[in-house]
Amino acid sequence: MNDTLSGWGRLPVPGREKLSENLERLTEGAVLCRGLGRSYGDSALPPAGHPEVVTTTLADRLLGLDTQTGLLRAEAGVSIAQLNERLLPRGWFVPVTPGTQFVTLGGAVAADVHGKNHHVDGCFGEHVQRLRMRLADGRIVNAEPDGENADLFWATVGGMGLTGHVLDVELRMRRVRSPWIHQETRRVDDIDEYIDALKDAAQKWPFTVGWIDCLSRGKSLGRGILMAGDWADPETAPARYPKPFPKITMPFELPSWVLGRASVKAFNFGFYYKHLPRKMEGITHWQSFFYPLDMVRHWNRMYGPRGFTQYQCVLPDEAGRGAARRVLELLSRRGGASFLCVIKDCGPENRGLLSFPRKGISIALDIAVRDDTQALVDALNEQVIAEGGRIYLAKDSFTRPDHFRAMESARLERFREARAKWDPEGRIRSAQSVRLLGDRP
Amino acid sequence: MKVAFLGATAGMGRALSRKMASRGDILFLLGLDPEDLARSAADLGTDGARPAGVAVLDLADPSSFAGALERAEAALGGLDAVVCTAGMFATQEALEADPALAERVLHVDFTGTVLFCEEARKRLLARGGGTLCVFSSVAGERGRKPVALYGAAKAGLTRYLEALDHKHRAEGLRVVTVKPGFVKTGMTAGLAPPPFAGEPDEVAARVLRAIDRGSPVVYAPAAWGPIMAVIRSLPRAVMRRVSF
Ligand SMILES: Cc1cc2nc3c(=O)[nH]c(=O)nc-3n(C[C@H](O)[C@H](O)[C@H](O)COP(=O)(O)OP(=O)(O)OC[C@H]3O[C@@H](n4cnc5c(N)ncnc54)[C@H](O)[C@@H]3O)c2cc1C
Ligand SMILES: NC(=O)c1ccc[n+]([C@@H]2O[C@H](COP(=O)([O-])OP(=O)(O)OC[C@H]3O[C@@H](n4cnc5c(N)ncnc54)[C@H](OP(=O)(O)O)[C@@H]3O)[C@@H](O)[C@H]2O)c1
Repeated sequence: MNDTLSGWGRLPVPGREKLSENLERLTEGAVLCRGLGRSYGDSALPPAGHPEVVTTTLADRLLGLDTQTGLLRAEAGVSIAQLNERLLPRGWFVPVTPGTQFVTLGGAVAADVHGKNHHVDGCFGEHVQRLRMRLADGRIVNAEPDGENADLFWATVGGMGLTGHVLDVELRMRRVRSPWIHQETRRVDDIDEYIDALKDAAQKWPFTVGWIDCLSRGKSLGRGILMAGDWADPETAPARYPKPFPKITMPFELPSWVLGRASVKAFNFGFYYKHLPRKMEGITHWQSFFYPLDMVRHWNRMYGPRGFTQYQCVLPDEAGRGAARRVLELLSRRGGASFLCVIKDCGPENRGLLSFPRKGISIALDIAVRDDTQALVDALNEQVIAEGGRIYLAKDSFTRPDHFRAMESARLERFREARAKWDPEGRIRSAQSVRLLGDRP
Repeated sequence: MKVAFLGATAGMGRALSRKMASRGDILFLLGLDPEDLARSAADLGTDGARPAGVAVLDLADPSSFAGALERAEAALGGLDAVVCTAGMFATQEALEADPALAERVLHVDFTGTVLFCEEARKRLLARGGGTLCVFSSVAGERGRKPVALYGAAKAGLTRYLEALDHKHRAEGLRVVTVKPGFVKTGMTAGLAPPPFAGEPDEVAARVLRAIDRGSPVVYAPAAWGPIMAVIRSLPRAVMRRVSF
């Protein structure tokens, strides 16, 4: 039996999963829930002293959709992929989706995930109307954003599973005009221009995001491709329903050198030049628009046996126009080769005590683990602290507790108070909470 | 199709019932817990045909069978098929260590299931026939060390279903015996998956085809057909030595 567990970054710890359809029974006395394990770091990994986590994925029933209001009730292990398969053909889509559809509703709540529409629609938690939860003391309660147990609700949204186990989620789904996407892509020459273009696109489009080349230096540092889109009008969209994409699987690990600096550079160049026209527009498949990375299953294997991490931070608007450039320059100076660099503007922060986004620019970098990864993350964190920013817990495995405290002081205090109220004995915990919050292992 | 379905709350039953409801079959759900049944009914009804109702039925309690099937037939306004995916499993070590558990598994998987099929058979025959689809197991194909007790119950069930097919096919009763190999469900969570372990969805697709065609025996996933053919042909001397 496999006796290790890891996050999407493939850095294993001792651990095993407990599975059953009966989430209510399964969460009795549990230390932690885990969804589809798409968080990159150690947030869904057990603490060393209690290696068993509850995996929710068999709790995957839809409990009812009100077709007047779009209100959906569902079990916490339902994935966005299942919702897309079952409800998009009937014209419903989640109000917020991350860049992979293989996340559970429980994971989406716990990380308070954001998507390409953060600048207009905020995070996932802002569209949740009620959570049914199993508390550390065994009770089952409801939590609502403005009603019953509102403090528990906002500690749970973005709280990385540390306040209780989510059993059911009530969520407002969106009606879409058609199952096709009207997309516009633009080539942009450097990071500052890129960010201006992003903010400009945000005025016109509900979905925006972009990839940048963070290996080029100097003037063309941060040149990239900006993608914007919206659900297509039925008149312009094909009449047929989009066919599901074939599944391609990364069959085995690639050796570490494959993703060295030269090949990453070649990839980004290739990608850049493939989009040579300055601007393109057209109708595209929702899967390729929202979930380009899902096209290759287990793509995380390409980072080889040492695994990888994603570094994601948000730099507040107050940090000024050059903030993103300063972070990328630091990365480039330290020779951090990033295969993927995603930049996106965020709208205002919500009430989630540890919810990640705030008004500003989010940068996400995939970094293959090497001997100097800890030092690189430390340096990036110091820069982010200087800019007044913060990091995203769903991606993190390397941040030091003092750096985290420096980013989160006031919010963290309120989060600690909420946990002390709802789990006074500190039963619920994760490898991440042991590392960052000083929980007992 | 109007179907009385025992076991739709979990595992392969959940996957199969979803496929049936989504193509428009009307189900009536039978199972242990009324609230769990209601949740499954809501799930099926969200994007498929809403089930006609639910009723409690415990395979360990044969006195519950007639009443529950009666309610199913009344609510459905007919009965074209009865499906039973329900069953219990425990490892050989657990069963050897706990005679009460062994008795329960033998009772549920053999006596209970057979008596349930008897009740279903009578009702289907009274209507001029129909389909009876029951999940047995490859564990009943050969006496094997890791499934001596569970496999015995499934072996008995398989023989009974085979005889039903022989006895009643001409009267319009189509008995479909499903023999799953290792499938990744809550039942097998915690066991190391062997090569060719299957997913509930692929099993469900295969079983639905078998139901539509009235195939008497179906291995699922398909690879388990040839695998079991080999295992059936192994001499005793070999079976004594191997661990599977
Ligand atoms: C390719 C890729 C793209 C991504 N893109 C984005 C993006 O654009 N935006 C974004 O915000 N995120 C993104 N992510 C991150 C991902 O959305 C989050 O990590 C999400 O939480 C993963 O959900 P999961 O079901 O896999 O949860 P897991 O990774 O299994 O768990 C994540 C956290 O949720 C908790 N949790 C899970 N279920 C429950 C429950 N029932 N009750 C309480 N706590 C629970 C766990 O304890 C853990 O702390 C991306 C990840 C990948 C791999
Ligand atoms: N999974 C495999 O690898 C495998 C291999 C070979 C054969 N099989 C057989 O295939 C069938 C389905 O297996 P599965 O893996 O889908 O199992 P599962 O996920 O454990 O589901 C079993 C179902 O049976 C129900 N059940 C258990 N005891 C019952 C009782 N006394 N009365 C009524 N219902 C009862 C359960 O209800 P609750 O949820 O309420 O408990 C559940 O709905 C079983 O007959 C099993 O023996 C499975």
